[in-house]
Amino acid sequence: MKKLMLGNEAFARGLYEAGCNVASSYPGTPSTEITEAVAKYDEVYAEWAPNEKVAMEVAIGAAIGGARAFCAMKHVGLNVAADPLYTCSYTGVNGGLVIAVADDPGMHSSQNEQDSRHHAIASKVLMLEPSDSSECKEFVKKGFELSEEFDTPVIVRLSTRVSHSQSAVELCDREEVGVKPYVKNAQKYVTLPAHARPLHVKVEERTKKLVTYSETCDLNKVIDNGSEIGVITSGISYQYAREALGDKVNFLKLGIVNPLPVDIIKNFAKKCKTVYVIEELDDIIETHCKKIGVNVIGKEIFGFIGELSQTIIAEKLLGTKNDVQAFGEDVPVRPPVMCAGCPHRGLFYDLKKLGVMVSGDIGCYTLGAAAPLAAMDTTICMGASVSGLHGFNKARGAEAEKSSVAVIGDSTFMHSGITGLVNIAYNSTNSTVIILDNSITGMTGHQQNPTTGKNLKGDPAAAVNLEELCKACGIKSVRVVDPYKMAETEAVIKEELQKEEPSVIISRRPCALLKYVKHKPALKVDNDKCVGCKQCLKIGCPALSIHDGKCVIDHTQCVGCGICTEMCKLGAITE
Amino acid sequence: METKSIMIVGVGGQGSLLASRLIGNVLLSQGFDVKVSEVHGMSQRGGSVVTYVKYGDEVYSPVIEKGEADIIISFEQLEAARWLPFLKKGGSLVTSTQQIDPMPVITGVAKYPENIIGKISEKGIDVTAVDALSLAEEAGNSKASNVVLMGVVSTKMGFSEDVWQNALVECVPEKFLELNKKAFALGRNAG
Repeated sequence: MKKLMLGNEAFARGLYEAGCNVASSYPGTPSTEITEAVAKYDEVYAEWAPNEKVAMEVAIGAAIGGARAFCAMKHVGLNVAADPLYTCSYTGVNGGLVIAVADDPGMHSSQNEQDSRHHAIASKVLMLEPSDSSECKEFVKKGFELSEEFDTPVIVRLSTRVSHSQSAVELCDREEVGVKPYVKNAQKYVTLPAHARPLHVKVEERTKKLVTYSETCDLNKVIDNGSEIGVITSGISYQYAREALGDKVNFLKLGIVNPLPVDIIKNFAKKCKTVYVIEELDDIIETHCKKIGVNVIGKEIFGFIGELSQTIIAEKLLGTKNDVQAFGEDVPVRPPVMCAGCPHRGLFYDLKKLGVMVSGDIGCYTLGAAAPLAAMDTTICMGASVSGLHGFNKARGAEAEKSSVAVIGDSTFMHSGITGLVNIAYNSTNSTVIILDNSITGMTGHQQNPTTGKNLKGDPAAAVNLEELCKACGIKSVRVVDPYKMAETEAVIKEELQKEEPSVIISRRPCALLKYVKHKPALKVDNDKCVGCKQCLKIGCPALSIHDGKCVIDHTQCVGCGICTEMCKLGAITE
Repeated sequence: METKSIMIVGVGGQGSLLASRLIGNVLLSQGFDVKVSEVHGMSQRGGSVVTYVKYGDEVYSPVIEKGEADIIISFEQLEAARWLPFLKKGGSLVTSTQQIDPMPVITGVAKYPENIIGKISEKGIDVTAVDALSLAEEAGNSKASNVVLMGVVSTKMGFSEDVWQNALVECVPEKFLELNKKAFALGRNAG
């Protein structure tokens, strides 16, 4: 049976069919749906871990325990999980270990555009790269076999367009492989220096064997169209190149992107006058070709930035351009915004009003940086709001402590905010940390986390009590506010900023998009009272606008949160 | 058969994912090779969103570039204007007449262009404009305007109504099926 599936859903199907037993991940666009989809198969145990490092370690533990194990993350998540990965490359596995890493060329939903192939090279593990949903499923199954055969973790590299494109997939049955016996083996699994030295020798031998394997395996394919032009490519870039160039050139499509083969590339290049390397982001394949003495053209025409496409390739190689018609007027941009009823809105309005420095973090609330709220100064990575604020305050002293805050979501705080908070208490700055507790992992599309009281499957689970946790970290002043009450929230922030001790404010209100959150009817405008002063627009709610000199509330968006009623001094907005 | 390209554009949260799932299902049932490329993550929060649907004998790239779309389905007028350069010469535009002000218009730094549909139509482009929001409300829920537009576009794609009805059953949860069938029928009549 053929089914239309997202690359991520097909990946999950591959996990199921390959007999995977344990999956542990942290959500991150564009990788999130793999773990959500695999959780729907009862045969696979699946969980959300607090962060990618924990997820990777769970998967490694499961693989050592003899199960086929899996974890998924986005590109920046692999930075968090790099530590266990690099050493697991030495220990190898028992049951197979497959890791999905989803890159985000073009930064649709990311803070940088890093190329995760560098991690595969540096950690010396096998990396595969599928180009559509069907290959996602097949490469996962192959990944488990190769992981066990070569005793290595296997990374499957995805990208936004592979993860989030649907194409047809042929479904197969699950093959139960069971759990292998566990045998204690300190020389393999305890990486004392004396054990790790011979393990490194094995890693280098393994790489040689993998290169030999990649020369003949069917994951790397040559499509010979009898042309004088050759294209070496992989993943989604292959699809773009194939669409642009059709049968006009020869293709070497690489399914294994680390380690790269030598002989196939040399033989492929020998038959062509000109060879292009078409790859998104960094020049990994190109550099390899040049290193083995194959002359190729790559980044000098394609560059290092953003996504490729069939149009870019056609323009660069064939000189063709599409005929384009335009609207002919400026079209205002439509950047993403906090939703109507978003609990973060009131809090960010307060912060803007107070004029404080806001050390920001990763989540929906990063949108607090956008106009008209514009109440965020920095965003670096998961957890950096808290630790960065401490550093900022150490650098700038007591005055800064009274005019700066960190903002971090509940899920991000569990991911890597706790250690930063411990540091604030331990190394004492009078920092003020605001935890935006909307009871869900929002930006990635509503995943449970350790504070929500539910696990990935939606079953009841232990819930971290944020107030108690912060106190246990050494913070004595912990307050809870409702961000829908802007004046009260502002007063609490002012008080905590003045205190000569570190403090935490928990701004608590569930995400307005959660199904269990009951919405009030849309608010109404009393046109007799409204003078069109635009005061209400300062909170940047997408449901509010001014038309013909009066405030208009979009009833399809308004959830009746009432923040705008606090803005309107004339009482023109009513229930 | 040459690959055909359909774009679904709108504002994050308007339900483009269900629309693309529906079209994808119809096309797969007709034996085509199909690719549907969606947007997840940050832009879904009220930003400009686009979904690409491509079908034919064999589809490679899942994305559609400027000048390549045979049909653009827009859930909102400004988005129709924004994505117009992606329409192939001779292609068709189906748009809802709904207007949603983007933040720069709300804050007053930009103006919402006037008479968008009229201006596009003056260029000789085939435009079908439908008040999908009112029809969705008539069907019982403003959120069903995505399915109303699917009803409109079904008249332009040449497959029988049964095929679309089957796809609705496949893609829509049972409790919303009647509502969506009604929305689809209203759209099909308006198309």
